[in-house]
Amino acid sequence: MTLSEGTGLKAPAQPGPEPALPGGRKRPWAGESGESVTRNLVLVGVLAALIVIGAITQPELYGNSTWVWTNVLSILQLASVVGVVTVGMTFVIIGGGIDLSVGAIVALAGVWSTTLATQSYGAAGMIFTAIVVGVAVGLVNGVLISYGRLVPFIATLAMLVAARGLAAAISGKQTQISSNTFINGIASTKILGIPVLVYILGAVAVAGWILLNRTTFGRRTVAVGGNPEAARLAGINVKRHTMFLYGLSGLCCGIAAVMLTSQATSAQAAMGNLYELDAIAAAIIGGTLLSGGRGTIVGSILGVLIFATITNLFAINGLSTEAQNMVKGGIIVAAVLVQQFRFKSVTQFFARNRITSST
Amino acid sequence: MTGPGAGGAASRNEKGEAVMADDKDHEVVLRLTDLVKTFPGVRALDGVQLEVRAGEVHCLLGQNGAGKSTLIKVLSGVHRPDSGTVEWLGEPVAFSNPQAAMKAGIATIYQELDLVDDLTVAENVFLGHEPRRLGFIRRGAMADRTRDILGSLGHEEIPARRMVHALQAAGKQVVSMARALSQEARLLIMDEPSAVLAHDEVENLFRIIRRLTARGIAVIYISHRLDEIREIGDRVTVLKDGRTTASNLSAAQTPTSELVSRMTGRTIEYVFPPRPEPVAREELLRVRDLSRAGEFRDVSLSVAAGEIVGIAGLVGSGRSELLETIYGARRPDTGTVELAGKALRPGSVGSAVRAGMGMAPEERKSQALLLGEPIYRNMTLATFTGLARLGFTNARRERAESDRIAGSLDLRPLDVRRPVGTLSGGNQQKVVVGRWLLGDTRLLLLDEPTRGVDVGARAELYRVIRGLAAEGVGVLLVSSEVPEVLGLSDRVLVMREGRVVHEAPSTEIDEDTVLDLVMAGSLMEGAPA
Ligand SMILES: Nc1ncnc2c1ncn2[C@@H]1O[C@H](COP(=O)(O)OP(=O)(O)OP(=O)(O)O)[C@@H](O)[C@H]1O
Ligand SMILES: [Mg+2]
Repeated sequence: MTLSEGTGLKAPAQPGPEPALPGGRKRPWAGESGESVTRNLVLVGVLAALIVIGAITQPELYGNSTWVWTNVLSILQLASVVGVVTVGMTFVIIGGGIDLSVGAIVALAGVWSTTLATQSYGAAGMIFTAIVVGVAVGLVNGVLISYGRLVPFIATLAMLVAARGLAAAISGKQTQISSNTFINGIASTKILGIPVLVYILGAVAVAGWILLNRTTFGRRTVAVGGNPEAARLAGINVKRHTMFLYGLSGLCCGIAAVMLTSQATSAQAAMGNLYELDAIAAAIIGGTLLSGGRGTIVGSILGVLIFATITNLFAINGLSTEAQNMVKGGIIVAAVLVQQFRFKSVTQFFARNRITSST
Repeated sequence: MTGPGAGGAASRNEKGEAVMADDKDHEVVLRLTDLVKTFPGVRALDGVQLEVRAGEVHCLLGQNGAGKSTLIKVLSGVHRPDSGTVEWLGEPVAFSNPQAAMKAGIATIYQELDLVDDLTVAENVFLGHEPRRLGFIRRGAMADRTRDILGSLGHEEIPARRMVHALQAAGKQVVSMARALSQEARLLIMDEPSAVLAHDEVENLFRIIRRLTARGIAVIYISHRLDEIREIGDRVTVLKDGRTTASNLSAAQTPTSELVSRMTGRTIEYVFPPRPEPVAREELLRVRDLSRAGEFRDVSLSVAAGEIVGIAGLVGSGRSELLETIYGARRPDTGTVELAGKALRPGSVGSAVRAGMGMAPEERKSQALLLGEPIYRNMTLATFTGLARLGFTNARRERAESDRIAGSLDLRPLDVRRPVGTLSGGNQQKVVVGRWLLGDTRLLLLDEPTRGVDVGARAELYRVIRGLAAEGVGVLLVSSEVPEVLGLSDRVLVMREGRVVHEAPSTEIDEDTVLDLVMAGSLMEGAPA
């Protein structure tokens, strides 16, 4: 291994890349996101395992194919509203933030769109109102965080309280019945045997996937969350983009508000309770890095489905929601632990939880 | 000092012309045999041999991506070797984490700064081994000891309680050095410590190293600057493509040509491309009376299209801050920046980029790279919007363009889909500079563009920069290496304590003059102004 004969002096000049290295064609990192594909396969495995557990614990139910189909649909329906919220949340977290106010925005948008005044404008007016309210509240979050330099956690926590308060004030703490048949029909209609709500989730997820993976908006989101200073020095307007991310989350909340109103045929200030927890948990389980810069829509949707399946599993086995919540909590902790060991240290997470801004 | 087994160790390892520098009869503290470490698709270490003795400065040489950093990461417990043995103080060891290596007496200063930005200097220095009493951290004692260490490093001006993110790159380098010295170590590993340091700081570093080696502490020193290795090194081990191609060469006597050819397998001349005849060109950048409190004052300068202007100065002379302010990343207190006659909005990077400016910042990890993202996405970070159509990114075109730049900069491995974080330090640097070679940049601000880049790739980079200038791009260059400033620029500005103190065409000024000008302030310290 030592020099002996002059290794270098007479070696042929070899320009260009290194000699071919062992490892062959198939390289795990070669895909655009080989690692997240692996992770998502693991999530699919978890989902399959949950279904197997269901089949083992309730063999007679799973023997009945109509019941299985109905059950699958009910899981999907259960997942649809939170799923839409989770798509928006995924963008916010990849962009280096967090949105604790999603549940409250859903409630505010739902209540505002079902006031008697709004209902008088018909279904279009109601949907329009829900979406505008969602986007507007999201943008307020964004402005507070980007330009007001509030920590996302604090800004959206404040919004959580404020938006629910406003929703309660508007509704006078009453449940507002939706008398619009189109709105009410969304949740009860099926196309080709599948509920419309599931199609909406599908559409939002596909749109989210394209937005994240194929557009400049998505590229900026990853850059802003992965290294805000590098993004800024590359000429990306970090503050404006951050603001848009919260607006996007608000948009998803507006859509979810319509879906939820339709499901309940009514809206009230307490609706969408704890959605922020479900959405954040689903995103984390799906592999979204809490410190930003990494995450996938597919993973988040799988996270939502896993949660919905667990809820369903507990329901068909007649177990208590208390036990269910404890199991869910455990899963969140496990997912975060796995993430930390694989990626970054806790310190970096805390170090990142603010927008870099040097004056 | 003559240990009993020392002579035997020496003769066992002397093969052929591998003569030890000046046969110090010091015991071997570290011996690596046939070390192998593979990453997916890359054999980073492919049978490395290394032997380090107490009290010596052992230099590791090798091109970008040769495996130097991987080697020291294996040594310090960051990576586990696939095979091979590490013998530390005569015992085979396998450190499972950096703390274990540190406990055993191996302290490491990594190539990429790894400080926690939101902790203070003192907290960083003692991170993981804080002085405690009854379980409580003794903050006072910690700050005092940090001050002592910083003082011994000649940097008592760094406040122990300052947040690390408020420091410039060089200051951070000093802090990571202080961290390495905060524990009793018998081996100190330094991975390109001088990359961020200016001339006088390197001297200071060498003084510290000499003091340590006199106490019998061994030092592994990595650098791409051969003159440094000649000055501080005792013996040299050369790596190429993960293999030891030469070991235990004399640092002082081995001819440069031999070192270079063992590193690269070919002979590379370390030269600057020829400078074209100066022609009168139109003015591109005009900076007037730019000031920022505590950083620089009343700086006026201009760069013409096709001109390369170099700024020489010590770290802390305000060079990087000036560059960042011109670029809009910092807001000036007073003064204006004009590009091609149009005033830029102060403190707005977007406005500068839209006007055609680009900046390769000083610190690649924190200021420039998305480590988990592929190389091509890092290269196109400033240009992907321009390549996109209707908001949809064009990944194929991005990859093609990145491929072209990566090829011209000799990026290794040449695969733009790899995450940039898996590249070696010098190759990451090429990505940082390469980013601005993509679009149609009119003015390029380069802050230490060759930091950590090896001799061969450096020549390539110089050629590329010259080529850009020939196409009419203006370049404003900051570098701690005076020969680089002189060799590459058409005109040189010397900065000292936030002011431009001298300006001259680079043909009319030499290295000694620049150094004198740069240092004048610090030499006259204490003298009445
Ligand atoms: N975590 C990793 N994953 C995959 N490949 C890696 C990883 N770390 C290093 N490599 C590869 O191993 C090889 C050796 O890298 P290393 O960082 O040791 O080079 P180096 O000699 O320190 O170069 P430089 O002078 O540029 O710092 C390179 O090809 C690099 O791309
Ligand atoms: Mg290295």
